[in-house]
Amino acid sequence: MARTVLSQADIARALTRISHEILESNRGPDKLVILGIPTRGVVLAQRIAETIQRIEPTATDVRVGSLDVTMYRDDLTRTRTRTPSRTLVPGSIDGVTVVLVDDVLYSGRTIRAALDALGDHGRPTIVRLAVLVDRGHRELPIRADFVGKNLPSSTDERINLHLLEVDGDEFVSIDGGAVSDLAGQDAR
Amino acid sequence: MKHLLSTKGLGRAEAIGLLDIAEDMADVANREVKKLPTLRGKTVVNLFFEDSTRTRISFEAAAKRLSADVINFSAKGSSVSKGESLKDTAQTLAAMGADGVVIRHPASGAPEVLAASGWIDAGIINAGDGTHEHPTQALLDAFTIRRRLHGSASRGKGLDGVRVTIVGDVLHSRVARSNLWLLTTLGAEVTFVAPPTLLPMDMSAWPAAVGFDLDAAIAAKPDVIMMLRIQAERMNAAFFPNSREYSRRWGLDDERFARLAPASIVMHPGPMNRGLEISSAAADSAASTVLEQVANGVSVRMAALYLLMSGDREDS
Amino acid sequence: MPNHRTSGTPWLIRGATLADGTRTDLVLADGRIAEIGSGLSRLGATTVDSDGLIALPGLVDLHTHLREPGFEQSETILTGSQAAAVGGFTSVFAMANTSPVQDTAGVVEQVLALGEQAGYVTVQPIGAVTVGLAGERLAELGAMATSRARVRVFSDDGFCVSDPLLMRRALEYVKAFDGVIAQHAQEPRLTEKAQMNEGALSSELGLAGWPAVAEESIIARDVLLAEHVGSRLHVCHVSTAGSVDVIRWAKARGINVTAEATPHHLLLTEDLLRGYDARFKVNPPLRRTEDVEALRSGLADGTIDIVATDHAPHPVEAKDCEWDAAANGMVGLESALSVVHAAVVESGLLGWSDVARVLSAAPARIGRAPGQGQGIIVGAPAELTLYDPAASRVFGRADLAGKGANSPYLNMTLPGRVIATFHRGYATVLDGALRSAGEIRSERENNHG
Repeated sequence: MARTVLSQADIARALTRISHEILESNRGPDKLVILGIPTRGVVLAQRIAETIQRIEPTATDVRVGSLDVTMYRDDLTRTRTRTPSRTLVPGSIDGVTVVLVDDVLYSGRTIRAALDALGDHGRPTIVRLAVLVDRGHRELPIRADFVGKNLPSSTDERINLHLLEVDGDEFVSIDGGAVSDLAGQDAR
Repeated sequence: MKHLLSTKGLGRAEAIGLLDIAEDMADVANREVKKLPTLRGKTVVNLFFEDSTRTRISFEAAAKRLSADVINFSAKGSSVSKGESLKDTAQTLAAMGADGVVIRHPASGAPEVLAASGWIDAGIINAGDGTHEHPTQALLDAFTIRRRLHGSASRGKGLDGVRVTIVGDVLHSRVARSNLWLLTTLGAEVTFVAPPTLLPMDMSAWPAAVGFDLDAAIAAKPDVIMMLRIQAERMNAAFFPNSREYSRRWGLDDERFARLAPASIVMHPGPMNRGLEISSAAADSAASTVLEQVANGVSVRMAALYLLMSGDREDS
Repeated sequence: MPNHRTSGTPWLIRGATLADGTRTDLVLADGRIAEIGSGLSRLGATTVDSDGLIALPGLVDLHTHLREPGFEQSETILTGSQAAAVGGFTSVFAMANTSPVQDTAGVVEQVLALGEQAGYVTVQPIGAVTVGLAGERLAELGAMATSRARVRVFSDDGFCVSDPLLMRRALEYVKAFDGVIAQHAQEPRLTEKAQMNEGALSSELGLAGWPAVAEESIIARDVLLAEHVGSRLHVCHVSTAGSVDVIRWAKARGINVTAEATPHHLLLTEDLLRGYDARFKVNPPLRRTEDVEALRSGLADGTIDIVATDHAPHPVEAKDCEWDAAANGMVGLESALSVVHAAVVESGLLGWSDVARVLSAAPARIGRAPGQGQGIIVGAPAELTLYDPAASRVFGRADLAGKGANSPYLNMTLPGRVIATFHRGYATVLDGALRSAGEIRSERENNHG
């Protein structure tokens, strides 16, 4: 029994707020690189970049890209072989602020992998983390700087996060309990 | 993927998937840190029963870029040359904890025997077995052709309709066999051109056109022409009268090179016999992919190592 | 020893079916077939209930490798004899490629003696054609012929007598004592480094080809030589359709040639080589389906005279390796009758009388083996085997009685089963089980005592 917790409009509002917060904390749009973590993080990163551009029409240097973390995961021999996605880092990231964007923050292991991956591309001045949903249950000392929605959940619940560009529809819902199947769920 | 033993039987989606991962691996070479932590703590053994410095260092570079530990086990000067069996060697490597074995062997089928034996539970990559197959060479050739044709838009694409002519010692060439299966799986049309003595006796089951006339093959304006190396030992075994005659009839000399279509790709798996099967002008031209093939070899082998050595091996 | 039997202890085989289909009782006594008929009884005889079993004359293998002397880690004359008995054989011809080679009277007499000592089958040594199988000069063919081993079959098997002049001389020379040259037909230059049948599959697998023409050209040459010098030629392990044609032509021309096919060439094809499992490596190699079919019809129409096993045991390490390094050969004695059953009897090409001919009478005649292949008639030596044609089994390691485990049939389902084998009037196999060397020894002592 799925319960919708964010509608398409809620998601849009949350991303707009996150964009404002990013600008605020960065004191403007300069030297900002938004990197999404595939698959849905890349879509969210693009939307945030577009929103920032709208808020600050004169900004010339809002760069957006994708950062695949597959090769940096700590569970490669524990699950079936993963097919990596593309990494596209727009230009140098030395001395800039990088905002990592992911859809759901859970164990924190994906973000740990992303930080390692980022370090192999350069040395940003600041790295921040934006997520649409934080569902808790961290296994590593990692927290998000910008959160769309905190969704305290139990581990046997399942968070469904759909985005138009990937899934054809858009919402965040939560499935109760034991019968959930984990297909599509961001692995812990 | 549990093992990579041949390209025959490799599915189209699987092959394209591997080439796409190789694209990601190629991107790593352009970064500040040209290394991935993916296979940290894993051991890759290069088990070479036949000399091939080029192939060995390509696999070594690939494994090291994925942070694996690499052990080079060469038959020369080891217990293998004193008559130790493949079985004992494999069990020795298993006892050392090899996670992946890259095997080059003069006997056709040796990698398959190793994979089926139960002597060692490691992913096996065939790095060339006798006159059977050399799958990573074919994969890097396909990767190279795809990049030449599609550039950065290569991902997801096959080689549909690409006309590839492979010239030379097809009889003894594992490169020719692996390319035949892979390129046709990817949609290319393969033509072999060789002296009749250097073609297998029965090619009826091969999805390829066969000819003896290189000039006719060039007149057909192939998209790709791949020249195979002529081994020195063939010249003494009456496969053809002498190297001069071979070169005159089946070599890509300057004059034939000039007749190729301007956009043609000239390939050679190396090492080349300049002046025998390929002229220097052809080898050093902009049409030649010889050096790209070497660079792409590392990317393709990284992709193969990743696919074999990540993932739960029970599941694959 | 309990249940002590002597040669004076007769056997009553009750209700067996002869090859021609008649049902009968048989009495074996004093080493001979004493009586044939229904409702027989014999005082003191041990009865073997043979309802549903076929009684075949003891099988004769014209082509066996027993490996002793020299390669006892692969097989000994004792273990090879046991493998033969389990397969229903009462006589085997032991090929000459031992170490030392069976190229002198001394070696062939030793082999003969070891066979007698084992007591499971008659071991008839084959003599080498050339000294050391080297293909350079004739071995002492006459000395072997007049030795106690009475050698009549000469072969360099494993190697071809490729020198045409040497082959001509050999064919001529053995006429002096009614000998026969059994040729391993393989043109050596055409088969350098050969690994498998040359054709579409060898092209794909990248294994060096063993072309059919390398066999056919030697057979063609040899039948013409045999015709020219008026001698007797036997062709070992014929494996190609073209060879069958050449032999058919030669026979039609009246040339004195006989030919054998192995069980494996009658059943198996090269397709088994995918996967490079060295158990399927044999020389001549497994061929195409068309070749198998030609051999079967050649056997049915008499072009191929006999089936011979080419039983070739090897130690495990000779097969547990990459293809090129593996030894050629398969064990075949234990499975031969079942394989012939599967290949040509089940398909209706051969009846059981034909099986008796190709596995007993004809090989005994070609090899000039006294006391063998005389069939199941009153007065003939008591050499026979009881076979259950209705049985079926998954062939396994336990079905092999020799030292070699290099059988291509492991894990295959094969029809039939040898239930009993009688040699010189005593049982070497009973209730489907090999009798122990001790039991055989006491039988022989009683026999001679």
